[in-house]
Amino acid sequence: MSHRELDDMLGKGWRKPAFVKHPLLRWVLILGFFAYLIAAFMTIDVDWGRVYEGLDRGWAFVLAFTSPDFVSRWSDIWSGLLESIIMTVAASVVGILISIPIGLGAARNIAPLPVYMICRGIVAISRALQEIIVAILLVAIFGFGPLAGFLTLSFATIGFLSKLLAEDIEAMDKVQAEAIKASGARWPQWINYGVQPQVMPRLVGLSMYRIDINFRESAILGLVGAGGIGATLNTAFDRYEYDTAAAILILIIGIVMALEYLSGIIRARVQ
Amino acid sequence: MPVLEQNDTQIWRRRTTGQSLVRWFGWLLGVAVFVYCWQFISESTTWFFVWDAPRIANDIWTRATPPKWDYITQLGRPIWDTLNIATLGTIIALCMAVPVAFLAARNTTPSTLFIRPIALLIIVSTRSINSLIWALLLIAIIGPGVFAGVIAIAIRSIGFCAKLLYEAIEEIDHTQVEAITATGASRWQVMAYGIVPQILPAFAGIAVFRWDINIRESTVLGLVGAGGIGLQLSASLNVLAWPQVSLILIVILVAVLISEWVSAKVRGAII
Repeated sequence: MSHRELDDMLGKGWRKPAFVKHPLLRWVLILGFFAYLIAAFMTIDVDWGRVYEGLDRGWAFVLAFTSPDFVSRWSDIWSGLLESIIMTVAASVVGILISIPIGLGAARNIAPLPVYMICRGIVAISRALQEIIVAILLVAIFGFGPLAGFLTLSFATIGFLSKLLAEDIEAMDKVQAEAIKASGARWPQWINYGVQPQVMPRLVGLSMYRIDINFRESAILGLVGAGGIGATLNTAFDRYEYDTAAAILILIIGIVMALEYLSGIIRARVQ
Repeated sequence: MPVLEQNDTQIWRRRTTGQSLVRWFGWLLGVAVFVYCWQFISESTTWFFVWDAPRIANDIWTRATPPKWDYITQLGRPIWDTLNIATLGTIIALCMAVPVAFLAARNTTPSTLFIRPIALLIIVSTRSINSLIWALLLIAIIGPGVFAGVIAIAIRSIGFCAKLLYEAIEEIDHTQVEAITATGASRWQVMAYGIVPQILPAFAGIAVFRWDINIRESTVLGLVGAGGIGLQLSASLNVLAWPQVSLILIVILVAVLISEWVSAKVRGAII
């Protein structure tokens, strides 16, 4: 029996199904991807000599992590870190407080259309502008210092939290809210007893997550003069003081890890 | 159930006296912390500038409008660079995130005791530091340019992609893996036919999602000298060419909206 006949008897062998089913679309995607890759690599000019020279410095930086220098610039690090934490706390509080009414307004099932449009507009603007660009504009308007950073983070918090809160309200269980309404509750009572208990756990979780993000963002706002640890870090890099920079980065990583751990505990408790 | 005796009648209450005291002190503490934070911010703010802010904002607005439309001819190359930074950065990050994710997932890691903590440390440390800080660091090491931006975006994205991916790996259906193992498949065959097909949709979703975020981040990387349209932005800001700044901001906004649209479409097609 030849090989051919065996194949006929067994039928077609199984082949792994492709990820993109349509063959033409698949090949166009693959070819287009490689064409793009080639074009991209052609236009990036890498100075390999410079990169090679830099490897020593890169290694020095990696070594600096084994002996971070917390001491010699401690007062600068401390004041920068304190400013970052203060900006984070204040901006999170204000941002969360403002984003609750906007989140209510941006939920289609409880807000009338004009309010909905306005609130969605605010959310869209806040989400489309990156923190650092907002910070540049606010520094230009309000001057250097933590106030600009505080406003930037509050503004960014509003977009993030309102959107997720609104989506959560839109996905809530209607029956509970209707039951409260049927008992003759006024609008504030309806929100407080029908809607709030359903979205509160997620709101707490999201707020914790946002505090975490705000701290991480506050670390870069200093680059454009909006206060925080970023300015200290930038100076450390500019002066090639890698051990101080490593110390700052370790502190940032440590605080972010602590915040993440804390938010994990809180989220587990409220849910 | 906490009750209160009043004129020999028992009144239902939500909390015991101790519980409400603890809550009350919690709120007091929170308000005190916020007031302290606000005071700190207020002290390091020059309030004269803040009261002057509406005039300054108006001044900037009149300078920035109308945008200098013919400047757009010089923005083609920076936009291409920005796209390259985001795309190549995402590709490199995915290549590195896949092994890290497999090492970090509890059901695929070769050793829970030694290798998993290392993988988790890589994830946390790359995720908690912003791409702008990575860019600062890489510029000090390998010199300014697009290449530093690509690597900065890549490093920042490793943690993000690996975290989402390892969570997807931990949530896979075990019966499929067992079925493949039962046919006598080797460790790698189990990976390729039991695990990978289950996480492929999640992987594609994560890749597109991160690409979208990276487009946003790469537009501002130029502020610290890591290539892309941010370089033009910082150059225009430095010479106070506000009509150019407003045009660049519009271009960034459009790029962000397009990337968000593309990512939403692709994710919708996959899931």
